[in-house]
Amino acid sequence: MSGTYLGMPSFPRAAAAATRDGTLRGNLRHATHTIRDKRARAVAELADWPRLRAAAAAIKERTLRHLDHYLVQTEAAVTAAGGTVHWAADAAEANRIVTRLVRATGETEVLKVKSMTTQEIGLNEALGRAGITACETDLAELIVQLGEDRPSHILVPAIHRNRAEIRDIFRARMADWGRPAPDGLGDNPTELAEAARLHLREKFLRAKVAISGANFMVAETGTLVVVESEGNGRMCLTLPETLISVVGIEKVVPTWRDLGVFLQLLPRSSTAERMNPYTSMWTGTAETAETAETAETAETAAEARAAAEARAAAEARPGARAGTRTGTETRAEAGARAGGADGPRAFHLVLLDNGRTDTLADTVGRQALRCIRCSACLNVCPVYERAGGHAYGSPYPGPIGAILTPQLRGTESELDASLPFASSLCGACYEVCPVAIDIPEVLVHLRERVAEGGIVTRGGKKAVIRPARGHAAERAAMRAARWTLDHPAALRTAQRIASRTRRLHPRRLPGPGRAWTGTRALPEVPPESFRDWWARTRGQGSPE
Amino acid sequence: MSDRDTVLGRVRRALADVPREERPEDVPVTGGRPDGARAPDAAADLLARNLADYRALVHRVSPARLPVLVAGLLAARGARTLLVPEGLPERWPAAAAAAGVRLCPDDPRATPVELDAVDSVLTGCAVAVAETGTVVLDGGPGQGRRRITLVPDHHICVVRVPGQVVDSVPSALERLDPTRPLTWISGPSATSDIELDRVEGVHGPRTLEVVLLEG
Amino acid sequence: MRVALFVTCVNDTLFPRTGRAVVRLLERLGVEVDFPPAQTCCGQPQYNSGYRHQAEPLVRRHAAAFDGYDHVVTPSASCAAMVRDNHPRIGARAAAEGRGRALADAAAASLPRTYELTEFLVDVLGVTDVGAYYPHTVTYHPTCHGLRVLGLGDRPRRLLEHVGGLVLRELEGAEECCGFGGTFAVRNAAVSAAMGADKARRIRATGAGAVCMVDNSCLMHIGGTLARLGSPVRPVHIAEILASTEEDVR
Repeated sequence: MSGTYLGMPSFPRAAAAATRDGTLRGNLRHATHTIRDKRARAVAELADWPRLRAAAAAIKERTLRHLDHYLVQTEAAVTAAGGTVHWAADAAEANRIVTRLVRATGETEVLKVKSMTTQEIGLNEALGRAGITACETDLAELIVQLGEDRPSHILVPAIHRNRAEIRDIFRARMADWGRPAPDGLGDNPTELAEAARLHLREKFLRAKVAISGANFMVAETGTLVVVESEGNGRMCLTLPETLISVVGIEKVVPTWRDLGVFLQLLPRSSTAERMNPYTSMWTGTAETAETAETAETAETAAEARAAAEARAAAEARPGARAGTRTGTETRAEAGARAGGADGPRAFHLVLLDNGRTDTLADTVGRQALRCIRCSACLNVCPVYERAGGHAYGSPYPGPIGAILTPQLRGTESELDASLPFASSLCGACYEVCPVAIDIPEVLVHLRERVAEGGIVTRGGKKAVIRPARGHAAERAAMRAARWTLDHPAALRTAQRIASRTRRLHPRRLPGPGRAWTGTRALPEVPPESFRDWWARTRGQGSPE
Repeated sequence: MSDRDTVLGRVRRALADVPREERPEDVPVTGGRPDGARAPDAAADLLARNLADYRALVHRVSPARLPVLVAGLLAARGARTLLVPEGLPERWPAAAAAAGVRLCPDDPRATPVELDAVDSVLTGCAVAVAETGTVVLDGGPGQGRRRITLVPDHHICVVRVPGQVVDSVPSALERLDPTRPLTWISGPSATSDIELDRVEGVHGPRTLEVVLLEG
Repeated sequence: MRVALFVTCVNDTLFPRTGRAVVRLLERLGVEVDFPPAQTCCGQPQYNSGYRHQAEPLVRRHAAAFDGYDHVVTPSASCAAMVRDNHPRIGARAAAEGRGRALADAAAASLPRTYELTEFLVDVLGVTDVGAYYPHTVTYHPTCHGLRVLGLGDRPRRLLEHVGGLVLRELEGAEECCGFGGTFAVRNAAVSAAMGADKARRIRATGAGAVCMVDNSCLMHIGGTLARLGSPVRPVHIAEILASTEEDVR
């Protein structure tokens, strides 16, 4: 298994291979069923879940319809709080920015908090080419990195590995990256987690630069939020001197209050917990003891917010930003002087587009940008359970990946064009989605883009795409079927021919029909259609 | 053209279907959640239950008995050093100190390696959320910098009941100041990355003890 | 009450006995049934495969064929879901593409009058005991569109529970898709077959002699899988169970 998405086979081929891998299917089945049952119980605890879900969908809808406004507001608030905001239209630009920022620190090793956004842009590989080693710190991501593997699940990236496989990877590879696996390491999860703790702790304690994503960023306050379980996030977000967060532009939520809705929905949908063990929130750069004391005098959060807004407004004025940089001391500098910094002294936020605005331009597909990456849709998806995450060929597997990837990357490649069809449209994903993304609706919409072509937005520009070549025979068949179905007399003739020749129908079909008859018997064609029975017994005239 | 202009330009073109005069507040947001109205006792009970459910060790004591409890918890682990943030009531660790535990003030110059050598940390909190079993630290008095409750392997966190207990996440946000660095803690560090088997204690403190200070 | 039977193209061509059972059942309950011969297909195969424009004439035809009826009843949850959920959507998209509101208006008119069979029995006729007799052990598989798009809930079960002689067996993982999914069954045949095999295994584990559902397309997939595995479990549409009476057994 190589760590790249290039040249991946299309979904049906990769999925077919996965269905033949008994170990993989066992691992996936156990994991998805365990978590789906737990999620149902966690959700049932909140009586007004449907209202929360509706609120979340509405807040995301508001955000997306006014995304420019909220991005500018986020930028102003983060800048006012001492952070630096960068914009990246695509993966290449984001990688250039991050590489430049890391180089400026003089470091050649950086720590990473689990981030699908940086996987999407291939950041680790880009840093590697610049001579910078990026070490993953989430346990599952560590397993994936050491195994030179790819993640296969949003929440549990190493879901396809069982404990014995993980022990073997740790024994074989940990030494290449730092502290080796303890002698005689067993395969019990507690032992394996302890091995990861020891291996990573020495990295955490001396790290100078960390790279993260974010679950949410609050436009009103400039606050970033990372939700996690292990504490590797807290380590990366608080110990290093420089923190770089690469965040998709769709991660913004308007207000501090709005955040409450998502903090209730995400953990229950994701890990099936009331709340995940650790959530970190930070606004700009490290706050000093002094400023913390000042904030203490603010009576309410509302007052503090007002103060933050006033600062943001002041900073947003033309020329004001330069003034803050050179004229007055930033809070980080003040913190450093006071020696009481709580967290990184430098904070960089990289706002990433990379296909998100193209997705936004599609009024049906836009709802995919509501996604909060909880992975509930993966855990209930019968197709994901059998196909595994790798078949989806991107960091975004499962139903959400099937609608997100073809929008972020386009449908030019065979793999990306096959993703919208990787679903039986059973609707289980829509049912559990905490932000009510109608995934089946978007799947069908994207099937149309592949089958019929049409106008899309790519790289910010309108383009006309042609129908996919692989669908030509199907297109002709659909057209013929549609004509027959629009002419009941022709339909009746076809039915009669089928009935008359029923004894001659083969039990197994050749060509594409073999895909059905390989595992399923064909239904027998009856001697008489319903239509004919009705006409014969009810004595009504022939149709049209 | 800068990437900023490129991205914002693309966003605006992508939203051509949104009427020019529409303001963000015009997009209706319905739902949300009315805040719970649990009696203070019920909220504290729920907090204790939910914390314990995620493997935090929960203790409920009166202020008079707190110092003895803290000393006992430290003694039980054989802890010899205790990190104490600025602004922590002096009484809280007093009995432990008297029993020979060395108190280490949170020194901003301390390196992570030095913090790693400390056995335990004692803090207060800003607010606790009953419905989720969460304590939130905001760096205020008695809470210290984020790293002090992260690197040591044993964290004792004191919650004042009922004053610091709220029902739900939205009410916690109402009380918190977003400009401060905030850490929400719900049980000890944990992972379910291996076969979805939950293992408590990865990188954060492997033992979280929450003391509900009542009366 | 003017009730039209929307038999669906799959039932018309491959499972006419289901259509005949609906007619028999409804007439037994005192309902006058009509079969508008202009009906063909709701356009679901086209729409779900990405040929929305090919589905449009079928949406138009469907609305015209059933114009003027008080109730349209269909023994297919999937086709009812198509009419209720996707016909208005197809109409709205046509309007958004500047092709007028005619399709949207036509779709909107047929939407509230379309009922899946068990919905019609329970909600409109207000019956759960239809006087049926079916002396067999049966397990019930709720099909996805009935379960999640129409929200049929326990209506089919309540009807089955009142069938004389019928013993209902619980199906493990009942709410999981059988893997049919229209062209999915062919395009992603390996995954579809794996899902079908798991469903068949659970159906056999119930020990029931028959498996029943509200959709013949899923039944064709599950039944085909069971047959290929050499299983004696009979796939049967719920209409055929509800239409059976003691006379049929004698």
